[in-house]
Amino acid sequence: MRSAYINKEREIEIEKEIEREKEKETEREMDNDSKFDGESARVMMKELRETYSTGKTKSYEWRICQLNNLLKIAEFHEPEILQALHSDISKPEFESFVHEIWLIKTSCKLAIKELKRWMKPEKVGTTLVTFPSSAEIVAEPFGVVLIISAWNYPFLLSLDPVIGAIAAGNTVVLKPSEVSPATSSLLAKYIGEYMDSSAVKVVEGAIPETSVLLEQKWDKILYTGNSKVGRIVLAAAAKHLTPVVLELGGKSPIIVDSDIDLKIAARRIISGKWGCNNGQACISPDYIITTKDFAPKLVDSLKLQLLKFYGEEPLKSDDLSRVVNSNHFNRLIKLLDDDKVSGKIVHGGQRDIVNLKIAPAILLDVPEDSLIMNEEIFGPLLAIVTVDRLEESFNIINSRPKPLAAYLFTNNKKLKEKFVGDVSAGGLLINDTTLHLTVPTLPFGGVGESGMGGYHGKFSFDTFSHKKAVMYRSYLGDASERYPPYTTRKLRFLKAVMNGSFLDIFRAILGWP
Amino acid sequence: METGYLRELRQSFSSGRTRDAAWRKSQLRAILRLLDENENQIFQALQRDLGKHPIEVYRDEIGVVKKSVTYALSCIDKWMAPKKNQLPLLFFPSRAEVRPEPLGIILIFVSWNFPITLALDPLVGAISAGNTVVIKPSELSPETSAFLARTIPAYLDRKAIKVIEGGTDIAENLLQQKWDKIFFTGSARVARIVMAAAVTHLTPVTLELGGKCPAIVDSLSATLDLKVAAKRLAAGKWGACCGQACIAIDYILVEQKFSSALIELLKKSVKRFYGENVKNLKNLSTIVNKHHFNRLRNLMEDPAVAASIVYGGEVDEENMIIQPTILLDPPLDAEIMQEEIFGPLLPIITLDNIKDSIEFINSRPKPLALYAFTKDDAFKKQIVAETSSGSLTFNDTVIQFVCDDLPFGGVGLSGFGRYHGKYSFDAFSHEKAVLHRSFYLELEARHPPWNDFKLRFLRFAYMFDYWGLILLYMGLKR
Repeated sequence: MRSAYINKEREIEIEKEIEREKEKETEREMDNDSKFDGESARVMMKELRETYSTGKTKSYEWRICQLNNLLKIAEFHEPEILQALHSDISKPEFESFVHEIWLIKTSCKLAIKELKRWMKPEKVGTTLVTFPSSAEIVAEPFGVVLIISAWNYPFLLSLDPVIGAIAAGNTVVLKPSEVSPATSSLLAKYIGEYMDSSAVKVVEGAIPETSVLLEQKWDKILYTGNSKVGRIVLAAAAKHLTPVVLELGGKSPIIVDSDIDLKIAARRIISGKWGCNNGQACISPDYIITTKDFAPKLVDSLKLQLLKFYGEEPLKSDDLSRVVNSNHFNRLIKLLDDDKVSGKIVHGGQRDIVNLKIAPAILLDVPEDSLIMNEEIFGPLLAIVTVDRLEESFNIINSRPKPLAAYLFTNNKKLKEKFVGDVSAGGLLINDTTLHLTVPTLPFGGVGESGMGGYHGKFSFDTFSHKKAVMYRSYLGDASERYPPYTTRKLRFLKAVMNGSFLDIFRAILGWP
Repeated sequence: METGYLRELRQSFSSGRTRDAAWRKSQLRAILRLLDENENQIFQALQRDLGKHPIEVYRDEIGVVKKSVTYALSCIDKWMAPKKNQLPLLFFPSRAEVRPEPLGIILIFVSWNFPITLALDPLVGAISAGNTVVIKPSELSPETSAFLARTIPAYLDRKAIKVIEGGTDIAENLLQQKWDKIFFTGSARVARIVMAAAVTHLTPVTLELGGKCPAIVDSLSATLDLKVAAKRLAAGKWGACCGQACIAIDYILVEQKFSSALIELLKKSVKRFYGENVKNLKNLSTIVNKHHFNRLRNLMEDPAVAASIVYGGEVDEENMIIQPTILLDPPLDAEIMQEEIFGPLLPIITLDNIKDSIEFINSRPKPLALYAFTKDDAFKKQIVAETSSGSLTFNDTVIQFVCDDLPFGGVGLSGFGRYHGKYSFDAFSHEKAVLHRSFYLELEARHPPWNDFKLRFLRFAYMFDYWGLILLYMGLKR
């Protein structure tokens, strides 16, 4: 097994690469002749539509072959993927293994195993009204789909939707995030090598390239990212009436009760918060709501466990991702330096501008009108809001936009029931954090501001399929009552059939009152 | 227009009463009562708006909604129940479920051609799912719009379900508000406006649009089959709102050598069903208004199109009636073959080989419905596999609309989203994923600081290799 940690020299090399990449990015933006322009897009779309119309992507064999090839990328190139993720966001190797590579492998293997079953038409029942008939629902691909990925899980959020799109038989264009350039290049390289390039393409680039892509007519778009760009994607889709899945984010709250196993809860909160890309995840706990009485105990437990996880100098820990770039770094510093939260930082918050690192920070008793409580944190700062009674937490959550995830730590059955019944979010998790993302039988998606549509497991296949209703009728048993000339007797018969009443039908046929 | 009504709807929703199964059922039963007690008024309204015969009204509107309500009442408890999901052993002890919850406040835009069905059928879904609702009927069916505005508050919970009448300016104002879902039935042109407006609040939408729905007619040999096919084709074109229906047949594709036989059969059916003289037609709806009347008349005015008319073509402007008209091979670039006809003009396009119909259809936008009259099983399979449409019906027309187990919706330019039966419930629900965990059996390997053991543990765990995990713990696996 390869060594678990990249050495210091390599780290310096990587930092220099990041700098060079940043310079190249600036050059590319200044260069007016964008490599991927309207003409390139038109040519690409033409090729994809031609490929699609040959029907090859609909065949089971093609889909399985592509899924197997995709699996090979994850299986044969672990070192390169780890390297890219480390370069892009200093993601700890273990997070890269667990949250990116293995989730993709599992997702791919599930699709390979289940594809035959997923592709089978679903027989449905028919009623008296359409007797005699048979009916089924046939899943068919949409055609040409666009997947726009995000920078925080650049491998997972690119390939997981691609798995679904291919399983459903579509041709695909993947636009990885330019904010994770190493993974973006890696994907372009390996998808080009392993996948059918007439049907699966990667377009790299930034805003200009994304804009060009959004002008095209897609049969479906799946976007992962923030709600501001989500609106831009939806507006572009409206022009072509393209259906869209938006996987956005929001402020995912955790309600913490006092009657719990505090040590386990603290560890799970830390894993979900800082153990997921250092808080830069759409379902990372954003803020905690707990009682004024319990807050000090919770803070103490979090501090203790943070020490165990990341040591005395978390800025030096290799088990924490860095903040992705200076834009986000400055944004997070602003949240920490907000007047309204001065004096509220009870732990951490040290910063390393050179390496773009911020130590896990806890802020206690933050006012609801502070900056930190009015935007998605997406970073290593955890705000704690305190209330007198825990029941008040539901009002706090429900008065805000619906988040992608909401969490509750409690042993109180009534509180659990109220939480599940009253709190609306993409997904809910009780007594843990973020795990629901890994359950393939649960749909993963948002509601309200946190998004629309969902995927994972079979939901991925469904989201990239059009479910066509197919009805088979025969020429037998044609009821003349359907046709003009219309008479009172026909009306009676019609009513009887539609109400499903055999007695009434009988009476109508015989002309009885 | 103030948003007082929205405030009231939000209050009703946050009070929680619309989530109650009892409330939902009471509202559904109220819809049934509304239909039963006002049947004549509905017949009258639709006669005035569209010249619809009462049987058409019952068959396509009253009966359809009653069927949907009855079905919803019988299934709603099942639909509302959380669905338990399986979990891999690794997650033990945990419980996973998907819990449907209402979205909140729904806006339903109704089209004018089936002004009862297209208002109340989506309403059934929205209520079943526990939402509050605003219905915006079409101003082009004013009698029915007024009927709904009068009766819905009289039968249903007026603080939770509202009807707002009006034209374009009212619609625009509605679109500026924040909705939790918009359900739109209508044209692609207006759909783009609706979807663009939905962007501001990231409102999900269902768009039930239309398109040119083709009917492929294979050469049928048995006389009985031919007769039945002709009747169903005629009914599928003119029987529902005189062709002004999103799933009405738009045009027919048939082999050249069979076309004259087909035309003769269609003529027979038309004469029997509707009559011959344009001043004396029966059982046929009128054209909804002057604008559409002129639009349809203009389609026929193109000289090449006029020359292709083989039956009909007469109009009665005073009574807004256009005779069922059959055209044989109008030019494919004429407007009649480019835009959705939505009226009683039926182009018949001939092909050398009926199998060419697949390519013909695929070179055009995906329709809401596709019909194919054939007994050739191989051809049926080919049509299923090689064409795409909202729905596909063999050997009949329009009837797929009343099958509650089939999703009803479009694809591509014919729309997205679907409803009917349980799909209606789903269309207005958010399926919330819920995972319950306990504090027992904590897997320490999940947490940092990371080391080799934890990595190996996670490797086995992710492959659900429980045996490997046991051996690892026992120190027997490296």
